[in-house]
Amino acid sequence: MRHHLVLRVVSKLLIPFMLLFALYVQFHGDFGPGGGFQAGVIFAAAFILYALVFGIDHAREVLPEHVLRYLVPAGLALYTLTGFAGIALGGKYLDYDVLGSTPTAGQHLGILLVEFGVGVTVSAVMVSVFFTFAGRTRDVDEEDW
Amino acid sequence: MAPDMVTVIDLVLLALLCAAAVALILVRQLFAVAILAGAFSMLSAGLLVTLDAVDVAFTEAAVGAGVSTVLLLGTLALTQRRSEESRRRGTGPALLAVVLTGGALVYATTDMPGFGDPEAPGFRHVVPEYIVGSETDIGVPNIVTSVLASYRGYDTLGEVAVIFTAGIGVLLLLGRRREDEIQDEARRSGSGDEG
Repeated sequence: MRHHLVLRVVSKLLIPFMLLFALYVQFHGDFGPGGGFQAGVIFAAAFILYALVFGIDHAREVLPEHVLRYLVPAGLALYTLTGFAGIALGGKYLDYDVLGSTPTAGQHLGILLVEFGVGVTVSAVMVSVFFTFAGRTRDVDEEDW
Repeated sequence: MAPDMVTVIDLVLLALLCAAAVALILVRQLFAVAILAGAFSMLSAGLLVTLDAVDVAFTEAAVGAGVSTVLLLGTLALTQRRSEESRRRGTGPALLAVVLTGGALVYATTDMPGFGDPEAPGFRHVVPEYIVGSETDIGVPNIVTSVLASYRGYDTLGEVAVIFTAGIGVLLLLGRRREDEIQDEARRSGSGDEG
């Protein structure tokens, strides 16, 4: 899409705000609507938009596939380890009460950690799946559609 | 009696959903089908907003209208862009089954509790405890988050594991190239250089 000037300019303006909005949805999920799933998808959508407009090779430079390969399990690992941290501190699996100085502080920390784990895995999976599909596609002429 | 605004919006969205669904069945151009599927998701997201399920609407708009439309288009680029004409044979029994099932479902909805009825059986079991506990024990104003991440933390762990497994599956199936594909590509790029 090299010659789509409007698309290029508008996406360049929008992508930083999409990423910022994803972070807001991620870390403000306790108070407003949203959470890890939504934030992960919005974050991934920003990268997918970048890849669509500026080309998959540029997107791969920003987010290399070997990094993604670690991020996919990292989120699930963070969630699982948060659960085990509850056991280590004398509670049950995924019991956040023992994580902080007070049960409420522990709940806040636990929810923050597991939601972040969800966001990391969801966004990494979405971007990986897109890269995998797009990586197999030969360039399609716009007239072909 | 003037209908209230939400009812009007609901009716418009539902009418558009039906139109999109019918168009999805009739259109043979798969590019249009992918875009219509995205529009269908976007309309559902609008309906979910009127139901006050903003979290679900978020996901529907981002996944259904955004990412999966892109993936459908990516799949089209790999396969073909028109669907084959289906042979229209034996539609009678299928139509009968659909009408009967649909009729049974519509009939069953008359037994359902009213929308948002606090006395509905689904709201009486653990829900009052969660609503109070979310404020006193967890201190999180968004009850969806406290149920999802804390009260139902095991379920969410399972969901993340499902997404992880699906991602790994796609990477294993499509991420690597078969040897004949690599040779094929090498040959193609080789001949391209000569030409």
